[in-house]
Amino acid sequence: MQKQEMPEACETCALNNQSRLKKLGVNVENTDFVIALAGNPNTGKSTVFNALTGLRQHTGNWAGKTVTRAEGAFQYNDKRFKLIDLPGTYSLLSTSEDEEVARNFILFGRPDVTVIVADASRLERNLNLILQVLEITDKAVLCLNLMDEAKRHGIEIDDRTLAKDLGIPVVPTSARSQKGTAELIKVIYQVASNEIKCKPHRIQNLKKDAKEAINNLTARINQLYPGLPNSRWVAMRLLDGDQRVLDGLKDGSLLS
Amino acid sequence: MEEDKKFDQLFEYASNLRWKVGDDFHDQLTEGIYSDASSITKRVVHDDQSHKTYHFDRMLDKILTSKKYGFLIMGLVLAIVLWITIEGANVPSGLLDSLLLGTIYPALKNLSLSLGIPWWLDGFLLDGVYMAVAWVIAVMLPPMAIFFPMFTLLEDFGYLPRVAFNLDGLFKRAGAHGKQALTMSMGWGCNAAGVVATRIIDSPRERLIAIITNNFSLCNGRWPTQILIATIFIGAVVPESFSRITSMVAVISIAFLGIFFTFFTSWLLSRTMLKGEVSTFSLELPPYRPPKFWKTLYTSLIDRTIIVLWRAIVFAAPAGAVIWLISNIDIGSLSIASHTINFLDDFGILIGLNGVILLAYVVAIPANEIVIPTILMLTVSHFGVAGFGSGDGVMFELDSYMDTSRVLEAGGWTLLTAINLMLFSLLHNPCSTTIYTIYQETKSWKWTSVASILPIIFGLIVCFLVAQVWRLI
Repeated sequence: MQKQEMPEACETCALNNQSRLKKLGVNVENTDFVIALAGNPNTGKSTVFNALTGLRQHTGNWAGKTVTRAEGAFQYNDKRFKLIDLPGTYSLLSTSEDEEVARNFILFGRPDVTVIVADASRLERNLNLILQVLEITDKAVLCLNLMDEAKRHGIEIDDRTLAKDLGIPVVPTSARSQKGTAELIKVIYQVASNEIKCKPHRIQNLKKDAKEAINNLTARINQLYPGLPNSRWVAMRLLDGDQRVLDGLKDGSLLS
Repeated sequence: MEEDKKFDQLFEYASNLRWKVGDDFHDQLTEGIYSDASSITKRVVHDDQSHKTYHFDRMLDKILTSKKYGFLIMGLVLAIVLWITIEGANVPSGLLDSLLLGTIYPALKNLSLSLGIPWWLDGFLLDGVYMAVAWVIAVMLPPMAIFFPMFTLLEDFGYLPRVAFNLDGLFKRAGAHGKQALTMSMGWGCNAAGVVATRIIDSPRERLIAIITNNFSLCNGRWPTQILIATIFIGAVVPESFSRITSMVAVISIAFLGIFFTFFTSWLLSRTMLKGEVSTFSLELPPYRPPKFWKTLYTSLIDRTIIVLWRAIVFAAPAGAVIWLISNIDIGSLSIASHTINFLDDFGILIGLNGVILLAYVVAIPANEIVIPTILMLTVSHFGVAGFGSGDGVMFELDSYMDTSRVLEAGGWTLLTAINLMLFSLLHNPCSTTIYTIYQETKSWKWTSVASILPIIFGLIVCFLVAQVWRLI
């Protein structure tokens, strides 16, 4: 007898997807993939974290937010994912403690996927961080959260064009009412297992000199320090005169 | 060697490139990011600016953060929250009181009587430990269970960031962080929770300032004391038709004095022990969001109320034991409590208080809620006031203001004692729950000591000065 194929619709059906998801709470042992959760404050990052892990981490930044990073886990399609909730930041370029924790984890924690949570109704402001994250990582997913709110404000977003521009998958969600989280999990899985290849956007609007300098320096770094991840980011930091990156290269702590 | 050479090569190459690019690379990069962001946004976002919620949010922001109404609305919101907390807590507090102290306590006493348990063990466990724990639960749980959810609802709705925005300038001038406005208001509910809330402040210097000054926010445990004493003593000096309003003004003045001390101490610390620049932070005003009511209720009960209550119970139990023991162990013909009261009395009187009050503040350190019951008990047993209370070492409270006032007057209280008690209630060491929390958050004995001792120094100075001036006139 011929094996019956599952109808198309079930593949994309959220319920089907959910049945393959197992929320593992704080049980973060033996995970296959590490997922970092980055984003601006007030974008519902913790809500997304809770929706994926089944944990009840306090949401809200104003009265008692967790400064230390939170960890949780979930299982999907027999793969176990560890999820790290990074502190909410507006940028990765400055020296505040929060930004350093987030930046260092994305750079040196080598997450398999970085999920950037953004507020759909404030996309332009959020893009500042999104573009910075895309500079330092190759595998990322944009979770376009608070879609319900954006709709309430009369804002529409062409998420397909956005995905094309950014070179990473974009998943619209309303995590507070669990909308879109099933799709998000699927996409995270696909990026982690290389089913989806990312080609992240790099900053375009630079002067010719600066562009050339970045490219030449990146090439030189790759030549001198083969295997150094994020060489383009290191090049930009060196051009910016970042003393700590210099020190990191000199004493080798950046290389390990 | 090899590595050093490689590094030098790269360094030289990078330095040359930096000459070419110019020293404004950082700005070029930032500009590049912004112009990329704006060109992407133009392509993908279709914004209908005529939508009405968009304008509603902005209108609300204009009012809530306006120079004219901002402070007025903050005061009003705070007053409403505190009023609901204090008034609303009366009913459940009464129920818990009649359950824990009116029903279970006599039942336990009868049980221990029928089992023939010796009087000292019965007194130690039931009159001491059980009484203090039951008291703390009855008076502490309801206000916290009301205050914290309301506070969290305001946070979820988006009002609290606007408060920080309004007060940012004032705090900055005092050398502190704008977000201290929020930890300060949290302190009006509970100082321990306020200290935990300082985690929202990134800079360690400004966070320490917020932690040390949080005790100047009059907490839930102290509002009832203020109201009771103001009603009995301050309301009584004016004609009866004004007494309610006068005592209210007195309590509010104490709360404002607390705010003054918050700013003053922040200013003092940032110029002495905690010198440094005010860190700048970007304060984004999040959109207004309808709060999730039941979820908020659940998380604020679990995250804040229960944890704080548990800590308070842990500290109340031994304190109850101590209170009972010092009233029941005699040295010579007097109890330890009486010896201590006699010893403290001269100093107490000098600063416009008395020995009973000072001893009460020492032994009732676990919770401000049990200060008044302890004062009443110590007064009755020390001065032998007949007809009140139920024995040495058994805390009690009286239902009528008249009776309370009679007991306190028998203990030698005057209007000065009342005013200074109100001041001292604001300006003394934090309760042991808060002290423990400060240590947990700072992990430093030094700063825990500073936070505990500084307020009491202020309190002694202020009470002394008031007493001297009072006696001159």
